[in-house]
Amino acid sequence: MLLLGNEAIARGAIEAGVAFASTYPGTPSSEISLNLFQMSHESDLYFEYSTNEKVSIEVAAAAAKSGVRSMCMMKHVGLNVAADPLITLAYIGVKAGMVVITADDPFMFSSQNEQDNRYYAKLAGIPLVEPSSTQEAKDLIGYAFELSEKLNEPVIFRTTTRINHSSGIVELGPITPPVTRGDFTKDPLNLVPVPVVARKLHVKLLKNLETGRELAEKSEYNFTRGDGPWGIICNGVSYNYVDDAVRELGIEDKTTVLRLGFSYPLPEDLIKGFLEKCEKVLVVEEGEPFLEEATKAFAHEASLSIPVNGKTGDLFSRLYEYNPALVRKCIAQYFGLPYTEIKATDVSGIPDIPQRPPTLCAGCSHRATFYAVKKAAEGMETIYPSDIGCYTLGLLPPLSTADFLVCMGSSAGTACGFAQVTDKKVIAFIGDSTFFHSGIPGLVNAVFNSHNYTLVILDNGTTAMTGHQPHPGVDMTKLNLDGYGRIAIEPVVRALGIQHVTTIKPYKVKKSIEAIREAILYDGVSVVISEEICALYSKAIKEKQRRPFYVSDKCKDHKNCLMELACPAFYVWEDRVKIDPNMCTGCAVCAQVCPENAILPVKKETAAAK
Amino acid sequence: MDTTRLIIVAVGGQGNLLASSVLGEAALLSGISLNMSEIHGMAQRGGVVESSLVFGGARSPIIADGEADVLVGFEPAETLRALGRCNQNTVVITSLAPLMPFTVNIGQGVYPDLDELQAQIRDRTARLIAFNAATLARKSGNVLSVNMVLLGALAQTDILPFSADTIKEAMKRKTKKAFLESNLNAFDLGYQAAAGN
Repeated sequence: MLLLGNEAIARGAIEAGVAFASTYPGTPSSEISLNLFQMSHESDLYFEYSTNEKVSIEVAAAAAKSGVRSMCMMKHVGLNVAADPLITLAYIGVKAGMVVITADDPFMFSSQNEQDNRYYAKLAGIPLVEPSSTQEAKDLIGYAFELSEKLNEPVIFRTTTRINHSSGIVELGPITPPVTRGDFTKDPLNLVPVPVVARKLHVKLLKNLETGRELAEKSEYNFTRGDGPWGIICNGVSYNYVDDAVRELGIEDKTTVLRLGFSYPLPEDLIKGFLEKCEKVLVVEEGEPFLEEATKAFAHEASLSIPVNGKTGDLFSRLYEYNPALVRKCIAQYFGLPYTEIKATDVSGIPDIPQRPPTLCAGCSHRATFYAVKKAAEGMETIYPSDIGCYTLGLLPPLSTADFLVCMGSSAGTACGFAQVTDKKVIAFIGDSTFFHSGIPGLVNAVFNSHNYTLVILDNGTTAMTGHQPHPGVDMTKLNLDGYGRIAIEPVVRALGIQHVTTIKPYKVKKSIEAIREAILYDGVSVVISEEICALYSKAIKEKQRRPFYVSDKCKDHKNCLMELACPAFYVWEDRVKIDPNMCTGCAVCAQVCPENAILPVKKETAAAK
Repeated sequence: MDTTRLIIVAVGGQGNLLASSVLGEAALLSGISLNMSEIHGMAQRGGVVESSLVFGGARSPIIADGEADVLVGFEPAETLRALGRCNQNTVVITSLAPLMPFTVNIGQGVYPDLDELQAQIRDRTARLIAFNAATLARKSGNVLSVNMVLLGALAQTDILPFSADTIKEAMKRKTKKAFLESNLNAFDLGYQAAAGN
């Protein structure tokens, strides 16, 4: 059947008898967990949305150490958050299989960097596997679990966006019933890495790595195609581009392609043997020269003086993702083949096309909060540290409410530094899910070190950006799910000792502006919690929707609504602002912004007629 | 076997992913190998959604600039924006119903003239099929069936390695029952529009 890469991974996990799965959502990994979450309602699979990636690895590690096959998935930057437990877990090891999925994002389709997480395998000394296709994404999960159990180590399963978000035809295999209960045997002298224990565990880890290398030498996921003198080494999605290029260039008999799917520890003997048969070698890998540098070192050790190249000179780049034409061109160039590129349409002389950047949705509560903050801070010089979520989209004019962003939770921390060294008013924004993920420590820091800023917590009742996943503050009964706790944000904030805490309803514009103004004039740390459900989520869980609004004849064409709010439900028709009733959610913020009170709710009869 | 490369561009909410999934199902029904890739992270936030569908022998799930055999655009400015994916042999199918980017509404850009837009595409590609798919969707009884109208037009070109009937069968399997009739109407209207274009 036709499966998305992420669906294939979820299916692979079920076929492998995974019994325990945990995650913090992040594109491009999110659909793996969405699928497992749904399956967990109807099977013995335990699934949880953890507070953050670090916690997610910790819970899964304990389950795996107790003999339950566990899987943990996250986006590439999530592994930074989880790196602390992951690296020491390699020392301690696991009992049942544990697979950690990192979804890397070359070209940064939906990420803040394009770090290459293969280095985490090397850094931690953990085996690494990488699928090249949708079918392999499924099959390799089972292999990764077996590998993990052979070595008693977690295994990193690395994908890139084009694996996660590509679909292909997949043949399914049988499902293994999961073993859901385990047991833990006390063994502190192997499981509690105080220095004397850790010194011993590091020795064990290196031995495991050597065993891992021996397995990589013989792995069916490290294979060669062809028998020619021109060598090409590749991994992941690049293998597809290489395979297509070799065929299209008609050089099947001149090349040997070495595809590495089990790519750390590297199969040293296999690679050296491959190099010995080659006149010249090209390494095709997106991201960093991970395989290239190792290959060069192996060539040196084997006293081979053949050229090995990948990212030096004018061949491949460390930037962005590759594509079939680029790979074909570099292969032709490197091996000196005549090659004419297919000529892409000349787009010079085409009129400028207006940009279509993603924007906050019609009726988004973040827009209402941003508007209120800007009004409250009028006349002040401000810095707006932002965070990761839909609200980062506030960076564009006219809202312009994101000035600085590093990573999840960074608004609460960076605000401390800005407040300390500048004379500007610092107002930081963080979403509810991000607040629980890693915003709390920054806020604790602000209280302890007496910083002076306002944190606006945008509580829309869900993790909106990645597809409405739950978080610790979510009311799970709205999803008809019981057995969950719920942590309210306001008591948490108050318990930290913050003196000035206000909760606002952002659709009440005037009241919100007043409350925010009071908060930002407060000397010290103040918190504003802006509570309003995500407009998309509200529709998704079938809450009663408000009536849409329209622009009446009273409109004097100030265009404040359009120019200050920029809600996508507005459009301009014959130079007048109109509201698309199909998009308008009836939040009524524009109606409160209009100086003529010209924006009115659509009457019931008219609404029904739409 | 021969490879056919199709790119679909649309604005979030226009049903690009459903159209791709129908074509995926049609490939499966015909026993034709398919690799498909989607970029849809911000689809629900009004951004551009692009799908690449590679039918036949190739392994790659994406299509490089200049290498699309067919480009289907659900929105005219987005079709024009994707023109770099085409070459002089590409067939382009586009709806002529604009969805105004918000940037235009707030004065940060001018929407291209539709006649000029068509001339630009026609000059640079093998064939342009252009019509207002939104009007036909409305006529079919379901304003949201722009995607199915354009699938109909695509089927008419006979570029894909399976028939219109196979796509209709795939629609039966992949689209909601309540909308099947209007979707099939929409498909036929698109098919006819392409035939007369």
